[in-house]
Amino acid sequence: MDVELLSRLRNGDEEAFVMLVARYQQPMLRLARSMVTSPAVAEEAVQDTWMGVVRGIDRFEGRSSFKTWLFRILVNRASSAGAREPADASIDSLPAVDPTRFDAQGQWADPLDRWTEESDARMDAARWLPALRSALDDLPPRQRQVVMLRDVEGLTGDEACAVLGISAGNQRILLHRGRSRLREILDADMGKF
Amino acid sequence: MLALRRRDLECRQAVELVTDYLEGALSRRERRRFEAHVRACPNCRAYLEQIRMTIRLTGAVEPEDLTAEARQELGELYRRWRSEQAE
Repeated sequence: MDVELLSRLRNGDEEAFVMLVARYQQPMLRLARSMVTSPAVAEEAVQDTWMGVVRGIDRFEGRSSFKTWLFRILVNRASSAGAREPADASIDSLPAVDPTRFDAQGQWADPLDRWTEESDARMDAARWLPALRSALDDLPPRQRQVVMLRDVEGLTGDEACAVLGISAGNQRILLHRGRSRLREILDADMGKF
Repeated sequence: MLALRRRDLECRQAVELVTDYLEGALSRRERRRFEAHVRACPNCRAYLEQIRMTIRLTGAVEPEDLTAEARQELGELYRRWRSEQAE
């Protein structure tokens, strides 16, 4: 889909531009907001990025995916627009699962809820979208960035590292924390249905 | 035999390996140990499944639609950028 839109964009097709923006505006805003303190600055960084795309589209050689290229431009713009202190790379040392769920031997104290054995309706993605969106927005910035790029946008680990300028090891730790947290929130909510 | 293997790795430790496992970042030895634990431990199997479901559900988070107004503004911006570029 991107490939066709990009070739139309190269030919100055306004509709192609609007479609690309419609596709990526929200993910970009979410990423930018996690990098800068002011929402206005985040919006500016996103707009700057689009301007950069329109002006630099001929320089995009397709060696990376368009998505990776786009998010990289955004991260650069947001950084120069006054990114927060480099997010703590040491990351929190919180365990993936609440320690009280384990007994003294480190085994699960109580059986886990088997999500998938419940009705299919419970696994209906639409039901969880509002909760997931807000949980995603509540993640610490670095975790949010990684989970968004990996699990929402479908970038590979290498691509996410390239976009964010972080090591493979850090990327995995951030992904681990982020996914663990989202699982915890879903698990707490599963009981309500 | 399985019970012994299960004790090799505490559940508390196993859950911390899940992402590295899914990312293919465990050494062969670590992976075998993890897989042996998960085979023997229904709770950790359920946990791994929950993480997989979490990933799947997160993948369904779609960007919200732009309003018609926003689309129109974008079209105007685009025309302006293009004309500035042409100068």
